[in-house]
Amino acid sequence: MDFELILRITPFMAEAAWMTVQLFAVTLILGLIVASVLTWAGFSRSALLRGFARVYISIMRGTPLLVQLFVLYFGGPQLGLSLDAFTAGCICFGLNIGAYISVGMRGAILAVSPGQTEAARALGFGRAQTMRFFILPQAAPLILRSVGVNAVILLKSTALVSAIGVVELTAAGQRFANATYQPFEALGVAAVFYLALTYLVTGGVALLERRFGVEEGKPS
Amino acid sequence: MMLDFSVVPPYAGVLLNGLLWTLLITALATTIATVCGILFALILLYAPLVLRWPVRFICFLIMGTPLLLQLFLVYYGLSQVGVNLPAFWTGVAALGLHYAVYNAQIMRTAILGVDPGQTEASRALGFGRLATLRHFILPQALLVATPQLGNNTLILLKDTALLSVIGITELVLSSQLSISRTFRPFEFYLTIAALYYVINLGMEWVLRRLARRLEAIK
Repeated sequence: MDFELILRITPFMAEAAWMTVQLFAVTLILGLIVASVLTWAGFSRSALLRGFARVYISIMRGTPLLVQLFVLYFGGPQLGLSLDAFTAGCICFGLNIGAYISVGMRGAILAVSPGQTEAARALGFGRAQTMRFFILPQAAPLILRSVGVNAVILLKSTALVSAIGVVELTAAGQRFANATYQPFEALGVAAVFYLALTYLVTGGVALLERRFGVEEGKPS
Repeated sequence: MMLDFSVVPPYAGVLLNGLLWTLLITALATTIATVCGILFALILLYAPLVLRWPVRFICFLIMGTPLLLQLFLVYYGLSQVGVNLPAFWTGVAALGLHYAVYNAQIMRTAILGVDPGQTEASRALGFGRLATLRHFILPQALLVATPQLGNNTLILLKDTALLSVIGITELVLSSQLSISRTFRPFEFYLTIAALYYVINLGMEWVLRRLARRLEAIK
């Protein structure tokens, strides 16, 4: 263990970690928007929209994220779509994680007893109102849980942008590993940063869950 | 520039070779992930503390860091300490170990989910602890866990793409080799995406049938 090296690269790695955090935050917001739209489309009355959501989710979940990223970043310019690496990463991961989150959202909504919908509709609430005032509030804890699980997966997936040249934690670790011939120290520092970040994300989710009352067997 | 998929067929052989490697890696890594997953689950549940703590620590490390970083760490790190394994085996081992940790969580829950009455009954009939585990608890746990373990295999298949970064000529790296000659990234990446998708659909179909069969046994 070369502690001097670890101390010397830590400030640079902290900067790279900030890049990872930015990627994560932008992507998560984008992913939540995509997921909401997909979930809405999945429950839509139009068969076309429902079909679109199904096919989209199936393709996004059925192909490797790395390949999706390459199609967009390296293949995009062929169609006249030239993006810088950071933007390509955000768009690609957002579109991808959105599909995963939407599956969780759909499951959470379907888990609410159908009697709730029937009762709301019988009381004269419209479809949209039923969703907004009755179904979503009851589904919220489960939705939060699936968003939390996917957020942790997303945080780790951001490492893939190192393959298209964004210098975030993994890329920085790899570069220091190559430059110093001491991969254990360089990549180890990156690993410690990732562990801290996952700890923060899971902690944040747990805090939200406590606040919004996701307890086993307790219908919020 | 227009898309022209006629550039792909001349490289069908290269892609097919990559596809076979991808499937081989998936099969090997899944085997490691399942066997080690069960082993880890048993250690986490029953082993003495000296064994349990290291495994728990490995789980914490693997679940908290990206697979890509783990691959780099194993690939570059092992040679730093003087262990020189071929890239293929380091890749397969790292991938298998990564999923073993996730499989261990599934197996742990499945084992805990088996009715404790089963253990009591088998012990009352004179079976030892190990025999009880082997003949009564594990089979029932596996029945419950198999669909989820299969799900992890689907995710693993997609993560084999990451092995391209340590130089294993699976599907992604094969397509990159073809792209370096044709300068047609879109066509080739889309082709391999379609290949992954088809394999994925096929495996999903098999898993669904398997799940139905298992449901019938239950």
